[in-house]
Amino acid sequence: MAAVTPLLETRGLSRSFGGLKAVDRVDFTLQPGEIRAIIGPNGAGKTTFVSLVCGRFPPSAGKVIFDGEDITALPAHRRVRKGIAYTFQITSIFSRLTVFDNVALSVQRALLSGGGLATASLKRGAIEALERTGLADRAHETAGNLAYGHQRLLEVAMGLALRPRLLIFDEPTQGLSDGEIEGFVTLVRQIAQDATVLLIEHNMPLVMALAQTITVFERGSILAEGTPSEIRDDRAVQDAYLGASADDD
Amino acid sequence: MSGPAVRNDRPMAAALLHVAVVLVFVALQYVLPDYHRAVFSRVLVLAVFAMGYNLAFGYTGLLSLGHAMFFCAGLYGAGMTMSMLGWNVAAGLVAGIVCGAALALVIGLLALRTTGVAFMIVTLMFAQVLYLVILYFNEYTGGDQGFSLRPAARQLGPFDLTDPTTRYFAALALFAAALAVTLAIVRSPRGRVLVAIRENEDRVRMLGYNVFAAKLAAVVLSGALCAAAGATYAILFGYVGATFATIQYSILPLLWVLLGGAATALGPLVGTLFMYYVVDITSNYTTAYLLFVGVALILLVLYFPKGVLGTVRERWLPWLP
Amino acid sequence: MAFGPHLLLAVLEGLVSSAVLALTALGLSLVFGVMRIVNVAHGEFFMLGAVFAWWFSTMVAGDPALGFLLALVLAPLVVGAIALVAERLVLRRLNYDPEATIVATIGMLYIFEQLALMFYGPEARAVPAPFDFRITLPWFGYSAYKLAIIAASILVMLATWFVLTRTRIGLVMRATQYDRETAQAFGIPVDRVYAGVFALGAMLAAIAAVLIVPIQQAHYLMGTDPLLLSFIVVIIGGLGSLRGTVVAAVLIGLSDGIIAVFFSPTLAKMLATLFVALVLVFRPQGLFGTTAR
Repeated sequence: MAAVTPLLETRGLSRSFGGLKAVDRVDFTLQPGEIRAIIGPNGAGKTTFVSLVCGRFPPSAGKVIFDGEDITALPAHRRVRKGIAYTFQITSIFSRLTVFDNVALSVQRALLSGGGLATASLKRGAIEALERTGLADRAHETAGNLAYGHQRLLEVAMGLALRPRLLIFDEPTQGLSDGEIEGFVTLVRQIAQDATVLLIEHNMPLVMALAQTITVFERGSILAEGTPSEIRDDRAVQDAYLGASADDD
Repeated sequence: MSGPAVRNDRPMAAALLHVAVVLVFVALQYVLPDYHRAVFSRVLVLAVFAMGYNLAFGYTGLLSLGHAMFFCAGLYGAGMTMSMLGWNVAAGLVAGIVCGAALALVIGLLALRTTGVAFMIVTLMFAQVLYLVILYFNEYTGGDQGFSLRPAARQLGPFDLTDPTTRYFAALALFAAALAVTLAIVRSPRGRVLVAIRENEDRVRMLGYNVFAAKLAAVVLSGALCAAAGATYAILFGYVGATFATIQYSILPLLWVLLGGAATALGPLVGTLFMYYVVDITSNYTTAYLLFVGVALILLVLYFPKGVLGTVRERWLPWLP
Repeated sequence: MAFGPHLLLAVLEGLVSSAVLALTALGLSLVFGVMRIVNVAHGEFFMLGAVFAWWFSTMVAGDPALGFLLALVLAPLVVGAIALVAERLVLRRLNYDPEATIVATIGMLYIFEQLALMFYGPEARAVPAPFDFRITLPWFGYSAYKLAIIAASILVMLATWFVLTRTRIGLVMRATQYDRETAQAFGIPVDRVYAGVFALGAMLAAIAAVLIVPIQQAHYLMGTDPLLLSFIVVIIGGLGSLRGTVVAAVLIGLSDGIIAVFFSPTLAKMLATLFVALVLVFRPQGLFGTTAR
C-alpha cells in the first residue's frame, strides 16, 4: 500500500465562513481506483470539503495534493484539467442548450487538453458519453426539457466526458426513483474501472453496496473511516449519524 | 434578457441562407434608388457594429453599455492616421482595428473583474471617459465638430470609395466578412463555450475552462469587429466626430441587437435596418424622433425580448444560427 | 481677487452643487438600495422637476416667491406620480430583472427627454428666485438664495433620514431592502413598498431640481449631468449606503466646484469618471469601506 502515491491527499485542510469552521483540519487520503463515499449529517462540511478539493473556493488553511502535486494554489479550471471532475448537487446543466451541446462542452475540453480538436472525434466522444448514460437517443433534445432523472444522468455524462481521474459526485441520487438508482449503481461500477470515484451520499443502502471505504464527517472533521461493515458497527458513528437519520429518508 | 440557445445544426441550410442574403444585397444595388442605396451602405456598416456588440452581449451574455468606445477607436484610429500621418486606406483600416482590439483588451482586463450591473456601469463610464478624452484633445480630434477626410485620401488602389456604387460594395464586403467571422466563431467549439458562459458561468468553470480568458477573448473580438465598422465608416463616409462617442451610440447597438434578435447572426442587420428607417421616417415629422427609440426599447423588453429573428428561430427555424 | 476669497467662493459654489447633488443621488441610492435596480431615467426625473417648476411658477402672477412655493410643492408631486405610473406599467412587469430594468429605464430616459422637447421646447428658461438679496462679505457679495438651497437640502435629507430610521414606513423599507422574500413572508406588501420607493426617489430628484432652477435654467437635456454625477456619488459612497452617498456627494460637489474653478471642466470630468470606474472595478463596496447591504 505504502508504495502507491495516493491520488488525492489533504493535509490540515480548513475553511471557515465568518466564525463557523465548516471544514476543520481535515487529513484525508484517497487511493487510485477506489470508490469512496463520504457520509455525515447535514451541515457536517461534506460539500464544503469537496468544493475545497475541486477549487470552487480557496481554503483558509491546509493543502490539497493531487497525484503527488500540491494543487492548493491552482484555480478550479486548472484542477479540472488535471483530472478532477465535479458534478453538482443541484442539477447544473445548460438547460437551454441541446443534450449534445452539454456533453460536447466536456468532450472538447478533454480533447483540447489532449492537443487536437477534430469535429469527428468531438462527435464520437459526445455520443460515447451519451451512450454510457443511456441518453444517446435524446442528443438533440433541449436539456431543460428532459425529465429530472435524465437531467441527473446528463450531469453525470458531462463529468464522464471530461475523462477525469477523480470523479466527485455530490448527492447524485437525490430525487431519483429506485429503478434509476439501480442504473446509477451499475454506471458508477463501470466508471470505477478507469477512474477513482468520490461520492457524497445520504442513501445508506447505496453507500453500503457501492463504496469500498466510507469516510464519516461530523462538524467539519472526520469522525471515522473504514469499510462498510466497520462503519456499520462503529459505535460513535451510530450515535452521531446512523441512528439519527434511520427514519429520516 | 439574453437570446435563445444554439440549436440543432443544419449547416448547409444556414450557409445557403447567408450566401443568399449577401446575393440579395448585391442585387439590391442595381434596384435601389440612390437615396436608399446610400442608406443601405450606412446600415450595412452600422450592422457590423451591432454584430460586434452581439458577439459580447448576445452570445456571451456580457451586457456592455460602452461599445461606442470601440466603434470610436476604429473611427479615430483610421481617421487620425489617415488625415494626420497620411496613411492609405488599407493601413488606416488596420490601424483602426488594432486600436479597437487593444482598447478592448485593456477595458476587458479591467471591466471583466465586475459582473452584471457593475459591468454595465463600468463600461458606460469608460466610454464616457473616451468621449471626454476626444473633447479634451480637440486640437487633434476636432472635438465636437470632428473632421472630414479628404476625398483624395479615400482611394483604395483603383477603387474610388467616394463613389456611391463602390461605397455600397465596400460596405457589403465588410458586412459579408463580418458575417463570415461571426458564423465561424459561433459555430466553432469556442463559440459553444461562449454561449455556455452566458447560460451558466460557474458550470463552465467546473468543466475546466478559463472563463475569464474566454470572456476576454469575446470582448477583444467584439471590440475588433466594432472598430472595423468604425474604421470603415470613417473611410467610406469621410467624417469623424465625437457624436459617435456619446452614450447614445452605446445604446443603439443594444437596441438593434435586441430588436433583430440577440445571438442570431442576421439579427443585428434586421434590427439596424428597421430602426434606421423608423428614425429616418419619423425625423421627417418631428425633431423628437428619439422618442421612438425609447418606446421601442420598452416595448421590446416587455413583450418581445427575443427580437424578430429570435422569435422566428424559436417558432419555425430552430437551425437558424 | 486674492487666493483666500477665491477659494472661499469656490467652496461656497461647491457646497451649493453638493446640496443639490446629495438630494438627487439620495434618490438614486434609495432606489438602488431597496429595489436593487439601476434607474437610468433618474436624471430625467430631475429634468421633469425643473420643467414643471417653470410651468407652475408661470401660472401665478405677482410675487415670485408665490410661484416658487407652488412649484416646490406641486412639481415633486407630479414627478412622483409620473414615476409611480412608470413603475406600475413597466418595471413591475419586468419583475425588476436588473438588466431588463436598465434597458427599460434607458427607454424611459429617451421618452421623457423627447416629450419635454416636444411640449416644453428646446429653450432654456429660468424660474425667478423667491427672494434675491445678497449677503455682503468683505470680499464679494453672495446670493442668500444659494445659501438657502444648502439649508433646504439639509432639511430634506434630515427628513428622509428621520423617515427611514424612526418611522414604521422606514422600518418596512429597510426590511424589504434586507431580504425581499422574508419581508414578503412577514406580510409586508413588497410590491407597494417598491412603488413607493421609486416615486420617493424621483421626488427627491425633483425637489433638487426645483431648488436649482432659479440659478440654473430648465432645459430638456439638463438630466444627463445629474445622472452621471449621481452615479459617481452612489458608487463612491458604496452602492446602497445612504450615509456614504451623502458624504460622497459633499466630496464630489466640493471637488467638482473647486476643480472647475482652477482646471478645465472637461479634464475634471474625465479624471473623475475614470477614477470612479476604477473604484467600481477595484473597490466595488465603495471608498468608505461600508459593504453594500
